[in-house]
Amino acid sequence: MKRARVWLFTMTVLMLAVLAFGVADGSWMRHVPAKDHERKNPYDGQADAVAAGRIVFSDHCAQCHGENAQGTKKRPSLRSARIQQEATVGDLHWLLVNGNMGRGMPSWSKLGDPQIWQVITYLKTLSP
Amino acid sequence: MLRSCCALLVAVMAAALPAAAQERPYFVTYSHEMEEPGNLEIEVFNAVGKPPAGNRFLGSTTEFEYGLKAWWTSEFYLDGQTTWHDSTIFTGYRWENRFRPLLREHRINPVIYVEFENTSADKALREVVGHDGRPDFYVPNAEARADKERELELKLILGSNFRGWNLSENFIAEKNLANAPWEFGYALAASRALKLAASAHKCSFCREKLMAGAEMYGGLGDWHGFGTRLTSHYLGPAINWSAPSGMTFSFSPQFGLNDYSIPRLYRFGVQYEVEQIVNRFRRGE
Repeated sequence: MKRARVWLFTMTVLMLAVLAFGVADGSWMRHVPAKDHERKNPYDGQADAVAAGRIVFSDHCAQCHGENAQGTKKRPSLRSARIQQEATVGDLHWLLVNGNMGRGMPSWSKLGDPQIWQVITYLKTLSP
Repeated sequence: MLRSCCALLVAVMAAALPAAAQERPYFVTYSHEMEEPGNLEIEVFNAVGKPPAGNRFLGSTTEFEYGLKAWWTSEFYLDGQTTWHDSTIFTGYRWENRFRPLLREHRINPVIYVEFENTSADKALREVVGHDGRPDFYVPNAEARADKERELELKLILGSNFRGWNLSENFIAEKNLANAPWEFGYALAASRALKLAASAHKCSFCREKLMAGAEMYGGLGDWHGFGTRLTSHYLGPAINWSAPSGMTFSFSPQFGLNDYSIPRLYRFGVQYEVEQIVNRFRRGE
C-alpha cells in the first residue's frame, strides 16, 4: 500500500513536471499579439545586417545561448525548429523586446529596434 | 583585509569573461533595465566638487551589481571619500534590491527599489533627498563621521524605451531609522546611443558605442516641509563609451541650479561587466 502511494506520488510529480515543461516550451509564442506576429524585418536578406547581427549576438546573447547559438545546459538552442521555422520574425522581435522574464530571458528593448532586427536577421540564417 | 579583497576582485575578473555592456550614462538616476541574470557588474563612480570657501572633495562608490533573475537585481555598495585639507575615510555601505513587477515591456515600466544604508559623512551624492545641500560639505570629517545614518530608502523607478531613447524617472522616499521624518527626492534622465544600428564590422569608437544624454536630480524636502525650499538641485549632460574589453567609461559635468547646491560637480565612472560568473566558477573554467 505504502509502495503504491509512493509510486502514485512520483508519477504525479513527473506528470506535473512534464506538463510544466511542455507548457513553458515555446508558450511565449501564444502571447504574441497578431500585429506583432505579422511584422516584417526591415533588414531581411541584407548581408550587412547579418554581419552586424552576428556581432550583437556575440556581445549580448552568446553568453547564455552559446557562441554558435547551439544552446547551453540551461538555455535553449536558437537553431531549433521552433526558432527557425515556427516563429516568425515578428514573434522573435516581440520576444526580444519583452523577454520571457519568468524563465530567465531578459528584455532587450535597450538595444533598440535596429539592433534587434539585425540579431533576428542573423538568427534566421542559422541552420538547425 | 584590503589586500585580500583586492586579490579576490582580481581573481574574479581574471577567471571570468567580460561581457559587452550597454549601460546608460546615468550617475544618479536608475533606469528600468535590470542586470542580466548571472552577470556581475563591478562599478566605480566618483564625484568631485568644491563648495565655495570649502574644501574640495572626492566621493567614491564601488558597486557590485548582480542579476539574480531577469526581474530581480541586487547590488552592494562600499562608499568612501577624500576631503582636501581634512582626511580620507570609509563612509559606509549600502545594499539594495530592485524588482520589476511587470514581466513584459510596457510604455512605462515600473521598478520597485528597496535599499538599506549605513553611512556617515557620505559625499558620493548617489542621491539627493530632503534638505541635503551645500552646508553638509562644510562639516569636518571627524564631526560628520559621528552622525551615523542608518536609513531605509524606497524608490519608484519608471522607465520607457522608445525609438532608441530611454526616459527614466525616479521618485525617492528615505527614512532615517532613528527618529527622523521621511525625506523625498527625485531624479530624471534621458539618453540615446549616437547610432542605433550596429556596424557590420567590429569597432571600438563607432557611434553605437557612445551613449549621450542628460540628468537632473534634487531634493524635495521632508514630511514636515515638502517642496523645494532649502533643497539642492543639479543638471548636466552625460556621456559614456562602451569599450570592447567589457568596460564602460562614463563622464558627466553637473551644475548646481541654486545657491544651496555645490556649483559644479564632475562625475566619472568605470563599469566592468563579468558574464555568467557563478556558472563559470561552477564549471571550473
